[in-house]
Amino acid sequence: MVNLIWLIMLALGIVISTLRGNVSQVTESALKAAELGVEVAIGLIGVMSLWLGIMHIAEKAGLVQSLAKLFGPLIKKLFPSLKPDSRAFGPIIMNLCANMLGLGNAATPFGLKAMQELQNENPKQDEASDAMITFLALNTSCITIIPATIIGVRMKAGSANPTEIIGTTIFATACAMTAAVCADYIFRKRERP
Amino acid sequence: MNIITEVAKWAIPFILFFVPVYAYFRKVPVYETFVEGAENGFKTAVKIIPFLVGMLVSIRVFVDSGALDILTNILKPFFLAIGLDPDILNIIPLAVMRPLSGSGALGIATQLIHQFGPDSFMGRLASTLQGSTDTTFFVLTVYFGSVGIKKYRYALKVGLIADIVGLFASIWIVSKVFG
Repeated sequence: MVNLIWLIMLALGIVISTLRGNVSQVTESALKAAELGVEVAIGLIGVMSLWLGIMHIAEKAGLVQSLAKLFGPLIKKLFPSLKPDSRAFGPIIMNLCANMLGLGNAATPFGLKAMQELQNENPKQDEASDAMITFLALNTSCITIIPATIIGVRMKAGSANPTEIIGTTIFATACAMTAAVCADYIFRKRERP
Repeated sequence: MNIITEVAKWAIPFILFFVPVYAYFRKVPVYETFVEGAENGFKTAVKIIPFLVGMLVSIRVFVDSGALDILTNILKPFFLAIGLDPDILNIIPLAVMRPLSGSGALGIATQLIHQFGPDSFMGRLASTLQGSTDTTFFVLTVYFGSVGIKKYRYALKVGLIADIVGLFASIWIVSKVFG
């Protein structure tokens, strides 16, 4: 499915640009995007190192395990396929917390770390495990308590009340998250009844 | 809401203070442990480069070609058929862009907020939608890519269902609250 989507976006983009007589746009877009991809990754190195370092300390001190225990009952319900002492619980919880606080920079390192831990417990190395799909469903639909960026944009645009959309945002995210958890459950049951 | 803003402001300084201090008293060699963990930062960041480049190129070529306008026109009859106000159709480009690209979606949301005004219905709807969903497609490809997963199974379907529900929930709640 990803192969197809990737191809369709690329090919369709080129065809449309050509039809609009703007074929040079393709070259510019492709080269710029390639550059941006590396910039983003390189930009991540610093924060990645910082958070993975702090997390390693937290792990050694037993803090990650305490955090996992605190959220244990809820998280174990969401991830029935993981062992109760799975090493993935710590980074999963930290990723979701960082997401909720809107700390996007900190969320990515924890998220990638969680994927590595989940992959270590994955029986089929090239196929997504149940737990990975649940984690990504939670991650992409996760509640942001403070949508800081958009509040900034509203402020700049001269809104009388820039934060008034927090309530509606939380409601919409809660709906999306519920839908994600339900859809994940239904698809999982359908594949492995 | 002030409390939440304060929590967000203090979260990182608190973690950076508390974790090393606590660990030190638990006899963890804090500096060496930090370096050990930080070592993986470079590896992980470099590992996601091919996935980032691949996805960004495809998305950028698609978006810059103006394909979004065409897609909006295709989706219009569907939105009208389910009885949505024609004004709401202005949200379609944002709704389509949101799962693909974070910066692209922010650009469209900013433009909508300025065009219609931050305190207009469309401005509030764009703000709510931008804040409530994530770049599903992008996150999936990078996260799966970083550990070498090739078969996503039903992950994309779950993510997109959540996005669609998020879109309609946003439209509904913004209409209800701000009418």
